[in-house]
Amino acid sequence: MPEYTRLIYNYLRHDKKFPHVWCPGCGNGILLGSLIRAIHQTGLTKDEIVLVSGIGCCGRLPVYVDFNTLHTTHGRALTFATGIKLANPSLKVITIMGDGDSMAIGGNHFIHAARRNIDVTAIILNNSIYGMTGGQYSPTTPYGMRASTAVYNSIEQAFQISELAVTAGASFVGRQTVYNARLLDGLIEKAILKKGFSVVEVVTHCHTQYGRQNKMGSAVDMLKWQRDNAVPVEKAAKMSPEALEGKIITGILVDKELPVYEEEYNKVRAKAKGLS
Amino acid sequence: MAKMTYRLLQGNEAIVEGAIAAGCRFFAGYPITPATEIAEGMSVRLPMVDGTFVQMEDEIGSMGAIIGASLAGVKSMTATSGPGFSLMQENIGFACIAEVPCVVADIMRGGPSTGLPTNPAQSDIMQTRWGTHGDHPIIVLSPHSVEECFTVTVKAFNLSERYRVPVILATDEVVAHMREKVALPPRESLEIIDRLRPTVPPDWYIPFEDNSMGVPPMSAFGDGYRYHVTGLVHDVRGFPTSRPDEVDTLIRRLHRKIDKGLGYIQEGEYFLMDDAEVAIIAYSSVARSAKQAAIMAREDGKKVGVFRPITLWPFMRKDVEEILKNVRAVIIPEMNMGQYSREVKRVDQGYARIITLNRVDGQVITPDDILRKLKEVY
Amino acid sequence: MRYEARLSGSGGQGLILIGIILAEAVGIYDGKNVVQTQSYGPEARGGASKSEVIISDETIYYPKATHLDLLLCMNQKSCDEYYLDLKKDGILIVDSSLVHQVPTNKAYQIPFTRLAKEELGKAFVANIIAIGAIAEISKIVKESSLTEAVLKRVPPWSADLNKKALKIGMEEGKKAEAFIPSKG
Repeated sequence: MPEYTRLIYNYLRHDKKFPHVWCPGCGNGILLGSLIRAIHQTGLTKDEIVLVSGIGCCGRLPVYVDFNTLHTTHGRALTFATGIKLANPSLKVITIMGDGDSMAIGGNHFIHAARRNIDVTAIILNNSIYGMTGGQYSPTTPYGMRASTAVYNSIEQAFQISELAVTAGASFVGRQTVYNARLLDGLIEKAILKKGFSVVEVVTHCHTQYGRQNKMGSAVDMLKWQRDNAVPVEKAAKMSPEALEGKIITGILVDKELPVYEEEYNKVRAKAKGLS
Repeated sequence: MAKMTYRLLQGNEAIVEGAIAAGCRFFAGYPITPATEIAEGMSVRLPMVDGTFVQMEDEIGSMGAIIGASLAGVKSMTATSGPGFSLMQENIGFACIAEVPCVVADIMRGGPSTGLPTNPAQSDIMQTRWGTHGDHPIIVLSPHSVEECFTVTVKAFNLSERYRVPVILATDEVVAHMREKVALPPRESLEIIDRLRPTVPPDWYIPFEDNSMGVPPMSAFGDGYRYHVTGLVHDVRGFPTSRPDEVDTLIRRLHRKIDKGLGYIQEGEYFLMDDAEVAIIAYSSVARSAKQAAIMAREDGKKVGVFRPITLWPFMRKDVEEILKNVRAVIIPEMNMGQYSREVKRVDQGYARIITLNRVDGQVITPDDILRKLKEVY
Repeated sequence: MRYEARLSGSGGQGLILIGIILAEAVGIYDGKNVVQTQSYGPEARGGASKSEVIISDETIYYPKATHLDLLLCMNQKSCDEYYLDLKKDGILIVDSSLVHQVPTNKAYQIPFTRLAKEELGKAFVANIIAIGAIAEISKIVKESSLTEAVLKRVPPWSADLNKKALKIGMEEGKKAEAFIPSKG
């Protein structure tokens, strides 16, 4: 077994019967590999990691890996993560959510977790569709695209996940495609090591639903589309809004020092004990 | 034993003190009348004892956060009223299937919907039992005095930890906002139960394996027993399954652990019941009116007693059946259209006449209301 | 003996606070059994508000007041609404600066709000003046217990102000007695 594969193998659960639930060619597996490599690089132990997911294709991701893993209800991963982190701040809590999961049903939790600046890492797989339930349009489906609940094409404007995270007050926000898997490794590693609420938007593809309904070809075709449309944030800064239309701006969008909730709460404890 | 000191406490304040005494160290909540004083009290008390209070964006998030904290090994609770309780239902179901101990205080106000925010009601009795979907076990306790707000909260945590089940602490606005002179029992006199943790090495840990009690030991995230928790039906290792035999085993075990514990879980008060010819069955604040009515009836030579279930769910079937066999009539006053009385009627095999007394006008049921009903049978 | 008191008026007059103070004084300092309840509307200021205190040497079951031994009315509406709940020998005390139509001449009429404004320059201590008068008229609570209970529940900076208010209330209570035409 090559070392590259061995590394991933070492983090998988071997008492869990594979195969996994994802379609052949899905980007979720690429993200899983990236996540494992990133965690390995941080030097954190398996016992220190808590992986929390919501509902959807990526909701099944934690079950395959040998960490403390929690598969919660639809949209609520960040609320469970908040409880875990505040109850035991020594744990490194990472949530895995989809675009529907984090932006629609869990949109409120997302902006408030960012506002509180809880030390949790939120990884959001954005494939612009509800894949598991059969290709309905999501809050990130672009205007004019087709979905199984928008057969006359979507008339809603899409959320920009990363830009929303920046506005809501996250300490760290980055975006990358699954095509650029090695860049994704580094971005996730930085997000995990960041103190405060960190967000990684992972642009991925659902060729089974989104790609098929919008005639975008195979998984390989969609990966090529990512390659051809990704623009690093440094380069994007020099481009006009017109030139950036339909492009994916990748890299670190925000990395700043903000008061972290758990540290602020220690001040509350000190004040309370002064009273008692 | 330490000397008892008397304090004037509100029901909601006593719930806070009970929770702290029981070892609760995490509270997540959202403001709502008439439960807000619990959140306020927790925000003051928890940081004093190295606990954590967080005000979430809604009740859905509050319920998620307390489950998360409990999975990390910390005793947790939230508090709400009708509208918020409705929002919590999905994640209460998660706590049921994933067997995560936690306590939810539901201070009942008039409904449906926004209803009567500042008035009392007992209209969530069925929601406490069946509010979340799917077949699930749950425990619901109902205190009727400020002192019980303390002791029953301790019991709620104990049962939750012992059976790994969410426990609903259901009372009404009257009890929650009432102030009484109470002497809280000293900490060392209280029984405090903590969840069983695994004693086997991590390699041997099977997180949802059955045992004689039906309650598997629970490891906290970070303790070295890495395992999977899901709201999906799962096998003994916690991994999702749809194999009929594994599904059946889990769902039946969840029920069996509560059924086996009925003797321990169920608690009720018998008041002047020894020679009673008519029984009043009542809970939370209405039980106080019932007791007053029984005393007044006896001054009139009428043998009336009160049975007060503290455990509302699981339904105290054996006790109720025995009462039905020994009295000629039962009066069930409730601040709803007849939620608990429906259960009593369900187990009545023609033993006794059952009379319901329902008020849904946001006002408490008075002793006089009950005495007027009594005249119909006695 | 069961003693039932209802303190009524509108939100913001501090009726719930004086209910708590009375309950604490009688229950904790005088050693009797006591239950205090309240009912209020959604408004923090204005709207109906009432606070009830049940006092007894025995166990108190029913926590609400139905046959009143004492009724305090701090506005006209509460007086109109609750007067009929008063027992035959029950005591009616009204804030005469706000209640202009009193249903019986057998009522203690004291201008709590005006006194608070004129004597102490703070309308918000009208409730403390009222509870002082209640103590004097009803004799249900010891003066020392009441003082202790007031000081425990008000912010330290206002201790002197509240002590003065209490004293005014008690003096007014004594004076007011003289205006009862036929006692008992």
